[in-house]
Amino acid sequence: MTVAQDPSALTFECETGNYHTFCPISCVAWLYQKIEDSFFLVIGTKTCGYFLQNAMGVMIFAEPRYAMAELEEGDISAQLNDYEELKRLCVQIKRDRNPSVIVWIGTCTTEIIKMDMEGLAPRLEAELGIPIVVARANGLDYAFTQGEDTVLAAMANRCPDKAPESEKEERSGIQKLLNFGRKKEDVEADESDYAKHTPLVLFGSLPDPVVTQLSLELKKQGVKVSGWLPAKRFTELPVLEEGYYVAGVNPFLSRTATTLMRRRKCKLIGAPFPIGPDGTRAWIEKICSVLGIEPKGLEEREQQIWASLEDYLQIVRGKSVFFMGDNLLEVSLARFLIRCGMTVPEIGIPYMDKRYQAAELAFLEKTCNDMGVPLPKIVEKPDNYNQIQRIYDLKPDLVITGMAHANPLEARGINTKWSVEFTFAQIHGFTNARDILELATRPLRRNNNLKDLGWDKLVREEAKV
Amino acid sequence: MKLAYWMYAGPAHIGTLRIATSFKNVHAIMHAPLGDDYFNVMRSMLERERDFTPVTASVVDRNVLARGSQEKVVDNITRKDAEEKPDLIVLTPTCTSSILQEDLQNFVDRAQLEAKGDVMLADVNHYRVNELQAADRTLLQIVEYYINKARKQGNLPEGKTEKPSVNIIGISTLGFHNQHDCTELKRLMKDLGIEVNEVIPEGASVHNLKNLPRAWFNLVPYREVGLMAASYLEKEFGTPCVNITPMGVVETARCIRKIQQILNRQGADVDYEDFINEQTLYVSQAAWFSRSIDCQNLTGKKAVVFGDSTHAAAMTKILAREMGIHVVWAGTYCKYDAEWFKQEVSEYCEEVLISEDNGQIGDAIARVEPSAIFGTQMERHVGKRLDIPCGVIAAPVHIQNFPIGYKPFLGYEGTNQIADLVYNSFTLGMEDHLLEIFGGHDTKEVIHKGISADSDLGWNREATAELNKIPGFVRGKVKRNTEKFARDRGLNEITLEVMYAAKESVGA
Repeated sequence: MTVAQDPSALTFECETGNYHTFCPISCVAWLYQKIEDSFFLVIGTKTCGYFLQNAMGVMIFAEPRYAMAELEEGDISAQLNDYEELKRLCVQIKRDRNPSVIVWIGTCTTEIIKMDMEGLAPRLEAELGIPIVVARANGLDYAFTQGEDTVLAAMANRCPDKAPESEKEERSGIQKLLNFGRKKEDVEADESDYAKHTPLVLFGSLPDPVVTQLSLELKKQGVKVSGWLPAKRFTELPVLEEGYYVAGVNPFLSRTATTLMRRRKCKLIGAPFPIGPDGTRAWIEKICSVLGIEPKGLEEREQQIWASLEDYLQIVRGKSVFFMGDNLLEVSLARFLIRCGMTVPEIGIPYMDKRYQAAELAFLEKTCNDMGVPLPKIVEKPDNYNQIQRIYDLKPDLVITGMAHANPLEARGINTKWSVEFTFAQIHGFTNARDILELATRPLRRNNNLKDLGWDKLVREEAKV
Repeated sequence: MKLAYWMYAGPAHIGTLRIATSFKNVHAIMHAPLGDDYFNVMRSMLERERDFTPVTASVVDRNVLARGSQEKVVDNITRKDAEEKPDLIVLTPTCTSSILQEDLQNFVDRAQLEAKGDVMLADVNHYRVNELQAADRTLLQIVEYYINKARKQGNLPEGKTEKPSVNIIGISTLGFHNQHDCTELKRLMKDLGIEVNEVIPEGASVHNLKNLPRAWFNLVPYREVGLMAASYLEKEFGTPCVNITPMGVVETARCIRKIQQILNRQGADVDYEDFINEQTLYVSQAAWFSRSIDCQNLTGKKAVVFGDSTHAAAMTKILAREMGIHVVWAGTYCKYDAEWFKQEVSEYCEEVLISEDNGQIGDAIARVEPSAIFGTQMERHVGKRLDIPCGVIAAPVHIQNFPIGYKPFLGYEGTNQIADLVYNSFTLGMEDHLLEIFGGHDTKEVIHKGISADSDLGWNREATAELNKIPGFVRGKVKRNTEKFARDRGLNEITLEVMYAAKESVGA
């Protein structure tokens, strides 16, 4: 446990790591939908398959572009040849689905039996003629959203370093989207909307509408987004030349950021993340300042958004929220909710990269000081059992937690919001600030409706924890 | 390696956890990596459990890989023992710990020295058994442990209960309609004048397991879970076992007659024939239903059945024997129990299908084109794609298969529920066809509701494309709100910017 000397600085603690979160292989659920020409092959056991099948719910039935390579006893004891086995499955995938890329997701089992996926992939790639990207998104090393980080870090190495002139237009998927259906002259005229700056590539998987929204926000400032990692298709991965600027949109992408800096020689713009109107404004301002652009109209825009949130703000003001921690969005969400007028006694988080999140942490501190509320305690690798004892003591108005704890806490009269929803809802940019509050206030609004019924505590007194 | 998109039965540790968490005051500790505690989510969501699921993980991470679990597992066991004071802690291996091959039994022995409660290692091999087999095995293990413990302490009760009594074995958490079945079975036993000695594992205390031998017989309603424990009790104490699933009118009667025979052999002198007759003819509606005109219309209709052994076999017999429906094929994913299944159903269907491959099942459904499917959630989705109605009769299931209302599958009320399920599946199918022939209920599509009746507003191509990305069920609302926003501001073209400005202003 490290306690910072300065009482007005954030405190960081580390507990036992006995907490509930999703396995990082869950990233295939949103990444296969995002990257339309991909196929994700999870190389693991029945346990992995069972998790995916249940966590994905109905998506399973929509003929997903992902599957399990289920390891059997013969694979574990190396009676079967990994290369031959993987080849057999990948040939079948190629025949049935013909994807532009196969992503192998390594699991705990492949780690323990030390399957050399990085070694096998290039050989099979050459033989099969389909790119094979290897990401080790296992529960031994990572939590939930960090799965995406491992996949994007692997993809960062596949981005072309220079596009041939003729293809340049083809590659910039977002520009094409924005210029959709326009004449060439219009497109050229459009170019004048942008300031001259070093190319900027954003990283982080977001739903397409959010990609469009954030790109438009930057366009208003004259900032051109040259590409996005990941793009809609694997074949449209952005060009990354040495010296390009990159900026992250999500707080869990530290490996990707590191890869972009070290392997691709890009320059990282460290900014708070565009979650909440405050975060979005700070994100844009930081990007503008690095690119040497004077941002305009942002303050009014932020004010407008805050004004439109007033009905929700009235519900949350003065209330407290406790983050148990499972998806790494916690710091950004806490910072936004503090700006909304809430207090946050504890931010649980699976893993805290103080360098990648530096700007966000500074912004959190500033926000607390601005709002005159105490700084939260940040608990890395939390212990859920201890947290529940603290929740009983603190009696927060809202607990943001995983589904394993949500119903039991509700039965004890504690309002909860299921944390995974923040991962799948659209929460980025000015436009979606309302959606975050819609989620955060839902339990408060619902329980407001029921408050006179006297049904707060629905477990017997003697019931144990 | 096997390419798999879907599995019917879960991994072994799920079975062990289902048994452990069904008991009262038993805690399971999984030796597993981060994220493998998904069981807690399932129990909390599907069963809508009010209490914290008594399962924690002793997390296997990089450090454990490098140095072994060492003190970690022992510490976690003793810590949980002190925090929650469970009667029993079950250390549960997972696929990961199976490969690590740590000496978990040794950890258990060491933890037992300190722990006040009992500590046990679940003896299941991940790569050889599935969820159901593991559940069966774990239940046996726990029963055996406490019988032996009572023997050693010399407090194993002698003899049988005064009046005829039964142990109901195999009711567990996350089992398909298990809670309702349990209530129905208790009611049936009461009607038959039989005392319920113990129900295990659901809601049972491990301290009561020593009373199991006092029952006159054991009733094992499901084939998948409980048979091992029942045959252990038969071997040790000579307690006879009734393993006829009382699902459907004929099978319920058969089960009751078997109980009668067993009780009379022990000198009870009971005659249940009048009860069976009364229930069959007048109380349960299922026999009358099969005689009624409704059911006549189902004669010879084609159906397929797929599920676990218990439910698929019982359902096949009900459809064929009690309703005159033509079961083209019946199948199960319980491969390890294939012989039993074939023997049970072969005279009631044309073909028997034993497979764990959902692709193969889907193809077999498409090939037959039945009027209704009775299967798991997977078959329901196949049915959706092929436009064939499906009644869900077995796990794996979704939250809608954990109804709050009383819906047993077993006993006489169960027969009523099944009759409804079957009838509703088929009529829906018929209605669909009629609608198709006559062109649907209402051929006029409802295009608008409110002000955007005849829109004079132009949507440019980007905005149209964006609008089309919005999920269908809210698209209309977004369109209306955007147009209202534009009209209020006197805009006549809708661009992306207008769309988002509208969203921000109304918060839609």
